[in-house]
Amino acid sequence: MANHSAVTPSSGNIWDGGSSPFSVRWGKMYMWIFLVSDAFTFSSLLIAYGTMRHRFPEVWPKPGDVFTHFPFIHGHVPLMYVGLMTFILIMSSVTMVLAVDAGHSLKRKSVLKWLGLTIVGGFMFLGSQAWEWYHFIKGSEQGAYVLADGRYARTDDLEPGVLKFHDGSVVEGAEAQALIAGSVKNIKGANLTENEYGNVPLFGNFFFFITGFHGFHVFSGVVINIIVFILVYQGFLDRKKDYELVEKVGLYWHFVDLVWVFVFTFFYLV
Amino acid sequence: MHHEVVSHASEEKAHSALNTKMIWKVFWILLGITLFEVGISFTAIPHTILIWTFVALTLVKAYYIVGYFMHMKFEAVPFQWAILLPFILIVYLIVIALYEGTVLGLIPG
Repeated sequence: MANHSAVTPSSGNIWDGGSSPFSVRWGKMYMWIFLVSDAFTFSSLLIAYGTMRHRFPEVWPKPGDVFTHFPFIHGHVPLMYVGLMTFILIMSSVTMVLAVDAGHSLKRKSVLKWLGLTIVGGFMFLGSQAWEWYHFIKGSEQGAYVLADGRYARTDDLEPGVLKFHDGSVVEGAEAQALIAGSVKNIKGANLTENEYGNVPLFGNFFFFITGFHGFHVFSGVVINIIVFILVYQGFLDRKKDYELVEKVGLYWHFVDLVWVFVFTFFYLV
Repeated sequence: MHHEVVSHASEEKAHSALNTKMIWKVFWILLGITLFEVGISFTAIPHTILIWTFVALTLVKAYYIVGYFMHMKFEAVPFQWAILLPFILIVYLIVIALYEGTVLGLIPG
């Protein structure tokens, strides 16, 4: 290259060299590449869930019948709790984007405030998830019965003595007592081999694996946020005069929020 | 040199494009969509329509999170393509995997 093309491109095409077509710093781009691969992992998990749900439509539990608990409320409150968890995570995403915004103008104190609130939001989400896992694993008081004829009957804490079947039919009174007396098995709560929500162990497996994998991402996000918080507090980024680090963890944190949006829809909503 | 100037200028523009006001606007949009989703899940709208509504609204939420919170809307166009294009494979996987699952469910035994 005689005329030093690294400085003066020969034509107006951005791919001719001398400029960055992506116009993004390498640290941010690496984070994006990692997030794409992570998105593929989560997509595969959710698609596997969807495939098995289409495979066993007649026994797969309806999410609205499974996640019905809400703190301090006695009764069925489907979706509200995960709605609250979604709110917490979106809120912490907002505080994170505000931290990134403050970082652009090198406002250290403002970054610390918003990043600190993001960490608080992360802990709130993790606590909410622990509460939800506890209720999922513990299950209802009576659990579900595997009847002598192989059918699967759930019970309802609010209507004792009533057996509910997946197709919506209900048996109660003496007939229900007779079915319970002759039942093969009583399942309470959920583990990796069986669960009271439906005659399909895969449901519990997918729940633990997908929400657990996401929860672990949130957990690592909180840890990374705390590390960055300490670095900002010590003035490390001020000495560099560069808050790109906050931007990178911000990308990761928003990604965790993004994944939850999809988990919320495909695990809890549909 | 010209392009360096352009990219710096566009970066400046990008930073001014996502301001605090817009961040909160996106927050209200995301919250509104989530509340709407929870709300219509309690109605008697046919299940198929509900599911497609949820899928569409989820993609809208994803657009706002990736576009504004993750700043993708303000990145260079080649970079947008490089990151987003691979997800065509995910669409393909969804189609074949759900089809496969449905067919397996129809096979007796």
